[in-house]
This record gives sequence, structure tokens and C-alpha cells, in this order.
Amino acid sequence: MVKSKKRIIDDVIIAAICLLFVLLCSLPLINILARSLSSPQAMINNKVSFFPVGLNLNSYFYVLKDSAFTRSIWWTAFLTLVCTIISLVMTTLCSYPLIYDSLKGRKFLNSMMIFTMYFSAGTIPNYLLMKQLDLIDKPLVLIIPNCLSIFNMIIMRSFLYGIPESLRESAQIDGGGPFSILIKIYLPLSKPVLATLALFYAVGRWNGFSDALMYVSNPKYAPIQLKLYQIINNLSAIDTAQQEGFASPTASEGLKAASVLFATVPILIVYPFLQRYFISGVTLGAIKE
Amino acid sequence: MKQRKSMQKMALYLKKTWVLYLMMALPVSFAIVFRYLPMTNIAMAFKDYNMFKGVWDSQWSEPLYKWFEVAFTSKDFWYALRNTLILNMLDLAIGFPVPILLALLINELAFRRYKRFTQAIVYLPHFLSWIIISGIAKQLLAPRTGVVNVMLTNVGLSSVNFLTENALYIGTYIALGVWKEMGWNTIIYLAAITSINPELYEAADVDGASRLKKIWHITLPGIRSTIIILFIMNLGRILGSEFDRPYAMSNSLVMNVADVLSTYVYRVGIRGFQFSLTAAVGLFQSVVCIIFLLTANAVAKRFGERGII
Repeated sequence: MVKSKKRIIDDVIIAAICLLFVLLCSLPLINILARSLSSPQAMINNKVSFFPVGLNLNSYFYVLKDSAFTRSIWWTAFLTLVCTIISLVMTTLCSYPLIYDSLKGRKFLNSMMIFTMYFSAGTIPNYLLMKQLDLIDKPLVLIIPNCLSIFNMIIMRSFLYGIPESLRESAQIDGGGPFSILIKIYLPLSKPVLATLALFYAVGRWNGFSDALMYVSNPKYAPIQLKLYQIINNLSAIDTAQQEGFASPTASEGLKAASVLFATVPILIVYPFLQRYFISGVTLGAIKE
Repeated sequence: MKQRKSMQKMALYLKKTWVLYLMMALPVSFAIVFRYLPMTNIAMAFKDYNMFKGVWDSQWSEPLYKWFEVAFTSKDFWYALRNTLILNMLDLAIGFPVPILLALLINELAFRRYKRFTQAIVYLPHFLSWIIISGIAKQLLAPRTGVVNVMLTNVGLSSVNFLTENALYIGTYIALGVWKEMGWNTIIYLAAITSINPELYEAADVDGASRLKKIWHITLPGIRSTIIILFIMNLGRILGSEFDRPYAMSNSLVMNVADVLSTYVYRVGIRGFQFSLTAAVGLFQSVVCIIFLLTANAVAKRFGERGII
């Protein structure tokens, strides 16, 4: 009896320490949320910590009125959708043939793909390639060059390996070709891994910054992270705010907070749905032949 | 006759597998164009780049290693190299143990729903971009107006310039890295913990072992090989450099400690048009990185692990 009492106390202490980590990870976001919802006066007086003071949605309205910002959001959403679909197709096309042990040249193709994960040409040679291909400042430069991640391909391949070969063999006896086997047997069983990789690819594109910084100078094609970087570092203002005399630094702090949240919210929305998948994704990624 | 037979065999094989080769064609051509073709541009490191002539028609530099010499005699390059090493080493020293401790804590959590909740929250920062995190940090840590400094001044301490003083910048840089990845990096340890044989814990319970004893004698040895391999692999990446993190967080006041190789290459190369010089720096980094990685892999294998390559 005494022993179990000590156990319970220990459990509570551990739960309390974990609560510290939970707060550490969530309070910064809560502070930004509170700032974005507070009045400029409250922020000038440093009254805002974790609850909004002088609750209002003005910051959001001002950000939404800035057509460059909203266009950037929609453009990035579109990019994310297109990139995720293309990437999933590419990943499937690359990983599925590699699980056929009888495929001649499989080892070579496999090594050829894996090698690119450990040795990349480097920033400057890649930049020069985009110039040579005339992709600089073209929307395609944000879609094509990163449409296949070898790391994700390995995750998918490990998953496909885990599907019993007997299923494939019996389908082959029934006369099914590799493509129909992929469509009818493998893909329906691969929904969890496809969801995981969709999350990885979508987050990667939504959060992507350096390719846009290096390859895109036309503001029309600036994805949200580039736009956000400019806003945070005062390289670009929220237009409507300035027009309406809202240029005092503290007001723009609220606008920055709202802009940060606009870039974060899509991730927060998809996150709970996909959470149960990505853990298996990470552990699959640790298996590398 | 024999030849015909093998031809027939080949035809039969191709009839069954041509679809697979057709599928591979797209990813393979992608890899050739976007991963292997740019490697030819590495030649730039040995040439005097002429924007009008392009990579191929530019003159070879005299001597061939000219740009490496220029890099190694440049103060900015040495700063970037030094900072890359220092920041990565601090990341390893501080960022590596935290996820292990957190994983042990989460594993000991008794309340299942609360455990799930904790995991969901601590994994979240991994999905935020460095741009978002730097935006949050710049607001949170702003002198005078940031909530952290407001709290510090409220308890009578003075306001701290977290992002604009060299030592504090380094501390903040490392702390934010830990903040972003500590939860995510527990996943691999938690997975390793679940594969520990539960009978070991039952036997320890029978012997009346305390919780700490069980952690020390069962859980930690159970994930030992995971820890070793991850540590060695991280050591192999000691000269690698991310771009978004230093680029988003640095500012002109701390450039001397914030500039790393990746941001140096961007600033001097793409913005400053010194393609040959920075291609040489990039090549140096890639080659050293792969040597480190192969060494680390070999060491991991000597420890009886599978390695990663």
C-alpha cells in the first residue's frame, strides 16, 4: 500500500515536469496569438502576455486587406497542393519498382538514387543549373527541383516491403501486370504511408523558403515564407496598414503577429489529422536496407 | 540456338518488367537532370566564371586551385567555417541529450491521454518553419517590448538583448534549435523503448527495483545502440549547415558569430556574384562532409551497428 502511494507521487511529479515541456512548447504560440488579438495601446504599455488585452480582430483585417499577402497565401496553397500530388506520384514511381528483387539493375538504380542524398552538387552549381535551364523566376522552379525526396522514397519503400509478397505472387498468377498490382493491391494498402508522406511534402513546400529566396525575385511568385520573412524584417510592410496611418511600430508588431499566425494556421489545421500517421513514418525511415 | 534461347528469355523478362522500367524512367531522369547534371557545374570552382560565356566556355583558372587559395586566405570564410563548427558542436552537446531525457520522461508518464497530449504538443514545433520561429522569437525576445523581457523587468532584472549580442545570440540560436526538434527527436527513442522486452520490467518489479533503477538498468541499455548510432551520425554532420535557421535568425549586429558556410555562400555567391569562389567553398564543404559521414558510418559499423549507408 505504502509503495503504491509513492508510485502515485512519482507519477504526479513526472506529469508536472512534462507539463513544463508542454508549456515551453505552447506558450510562445499563445503569446503570438494574444498579441495578434490585442489593441495597439495594450501592446505599447506591455500589458499583453498570454491573454489578449483590448480584444479585437483589426490586425487580421489589415493583413487580409493587403492583396499581396493574401495572394501569397493562395499562391502557396496552390503550390503546396500541386507539389504534394506530383511528389507522391514520383515517390510511388520510384519506390515501387525497387521492391522487385528480380528487377535487373535494381541495385544500381537504388544506389544511384541514394547517392544524391549524401552528396549534392551544392548551392552555386544548382543555381547555375537553374540559370542554364532558364528556370530562374519561373513558377516551375518552385515545383520541379524538389519534387522527389529520397528520404521519403526510402520510407515508402520500407513500407511497401512490409506488404506480404504472397499477395503480389497470387496476383501475378492471376495474370496481373506490375501496374495493375500497384493500383489494385499496393496503393489501397499504402494509405497510411501516403498520408505521412503527403504531410511531409506539404509541410516542406508550405515552409519552403531558400529556393524562393535564391531563384525567385518576381514578387508575384513569392511564397508565404518569403513574404513573411520580408514582413518580419521590415523589408516589406502590410500595405493597407500604412495607408490608414497604422505605421507606428507597436501596431505593426500586432500585424507581424497576425502574419505569423496566418502562415502557421494551415499547419495547425492538418496536424491533428495526420498525427497518428507520422510516427510510423519516422520509424520506417530509420530502416535503410 | 543458345543465343536465340537467351534472347527469348530476355524478351520474356522484358515483357513482364518493362512497365517497372517505364515507371523508374521519370524519377531516374529527374535525378539525372536535377541532381547529377548540376555536379558538372562544380567545374566552376576551378574556372574564372564569366557571366557572358557561361560555365563551359569560361577560362580555367591559373593555377587551378586559385579559388580555394582565395577562400582560405579570406577572413570571412574562416569566420563562417569557425561558426559552422562551433554552432554544430553546441547543437550536438546540448541538443542531443535533451530528447533522450524527454523520451524517458514521456515513457514514464502514467496517464495515457495526458501522454498523448504531451506528445502532440512537443512534436508541433518541428512543423514550424525557421521563418515562423524567428518571427515568434523576434517578438517574444524583443528588448523592452517582448514578453520575456517584460517579465524580467517586472521582477527587477534588466532587459536582455537576446538576438543582438554575440554570446546571447549563440545561446538563443542553440536554445531555439533544441525547442524546435527536442520533441520530434524523441520519436525514434520512444520507438526503441517499445521494442524492449516487457519481461525485463516484470522481473525487475519482482525484485523490487525502483523506477530510477529500472530506467538506468533496463530502459537506457535498451536504447543504447540507438543513442550511439544517432550520436555518431550527428557527429558526421558536424560541418553540414542548414540555411533557413542561420539566415532567418542572424542580423548585422551579430554577423561575426552568426554567418555560417551556407549563408556565406549565398551572400557572397548568389548576391555578390562571386560564383567561382563560393563554388570552391561549397565543394570544400561537400567533400569534407562526405568524408566525415563515411568515417562516422564506418565507426558505427565497428560498434556493431548497421550504419546508414
